[in-house]
Amino acid sequence: MSHATISSPLAHHFDDLEQQHGAANLGMWTFLVTEVMIFGGLFASYAVYRSLFPEAFEAASDKLLWWLATINTVVLLSSSFTMVLAVHGAQVGNRKFLVNGLLATIALGILFLGLKFYEYQVDYLEGLIPIPGWFSGEHFHVPPDDPLFLGHVRLFMVLYFVMTGLHAVHMIIGMGILGWLVFKARRGAYTPEHHPQVELVGLYWHFVDVVWIFLFPLLYLSGGGL
Amino acid sequence: MHSHISLRTYTIIFVSLLVLTGLTVLASRLPLGAAHMPVGLIIASTKAMLVILFFMHVIHSDKVTWLYALGGVYWLFILIGLTMADYLSRPVSINKSHETITRPVTR
Repeated sequence: MSHATISSPLAHHFDDLEQQHGAANLGMWTFLVTEVMIFGGLFASYAVYRSLFPEAFEAASDKLLWWLATINTVVLLSSSFTMVLAVHGAQVGNRKFLVNGLLATIALGILFLGLKFYEYQVDYLEGLIPIPGWFSGEHFHVPPDDPLFLGHVRLFMVLYFVMTGLHAVHMIIGMGILGWLVFKARRGAYTPEHHPQVELVGLYWHFVDVVWIFLFPLLYLSGGGL
Repeated sequence: MHSHISLRTYTIIFVSLLVLTGLTVLASRLPLGAAHMPVGLIIASTKAMLVILFFMHVIHSDKVTWLYALGGVYWLFILIGLTMADYLSRPVSINKSHETITRPVTR
């Protein structure tokens, strides 16, 4: 493998690998902060409308499957754990650890999305999807003094689908990149000294986990209770 | 960029995250009324902090990474905090917006 020694991973515009990795790390953090702003706009919308229409938001939140979301929270936290194990494998040069960690993360991601798909299906059957013809307010007790109540319930459901949908899109993208990492890791592309892609995708995956950590109580657990 | 976090630490953090998840679900089933939201958010913030500090290695990162992470939190505070300061401090206009920003539902 004389070729590998000739083509050093060090790009010519960096002094050394440490500087190069620092720049890559900072680039990823810059991207993640812009992601915070994307989701932040949705969280801000949620905060405004929840403060305006608390009764409708609590009633709608109570209709969601909190126990399924709890299982999904555990699944996603576990996928973050397998991700750090994969990164650890790359750091200590254990390829089996790295590849198996990445594969486990993908598998848990698939499980999460499968459960989410099932949940969307239940939402459809319950008439919770805020599309004309699909939405049915029959399960809600509408206060007589609030004729707009069901409209506010629909507003909650719009936020629910946009927020969880955007989160799911991020997971699908992440799982695609994880698959690419598995492919490269199997070919021995990563060494303990140089595996920036593994570290950066790890950061992305944990960020997606953090978004869900906030979506979980806001959408599922902050209703009026049982 | 390289972290020196042991598998033992990762495992402790993971178990803590699961315990906090159990706690937040438990709290949501208690009759706390309006306190559901703040309790949920406090526990979620704690979980997010554990993930960011340990899983994302910020605790062993250089100062610039800290600056970026805190910058994200700060801008989020501006976005949500100042927006809510506006809405929550103008009860009259909220009542008016109740009429104007929503339309009757036609099914």
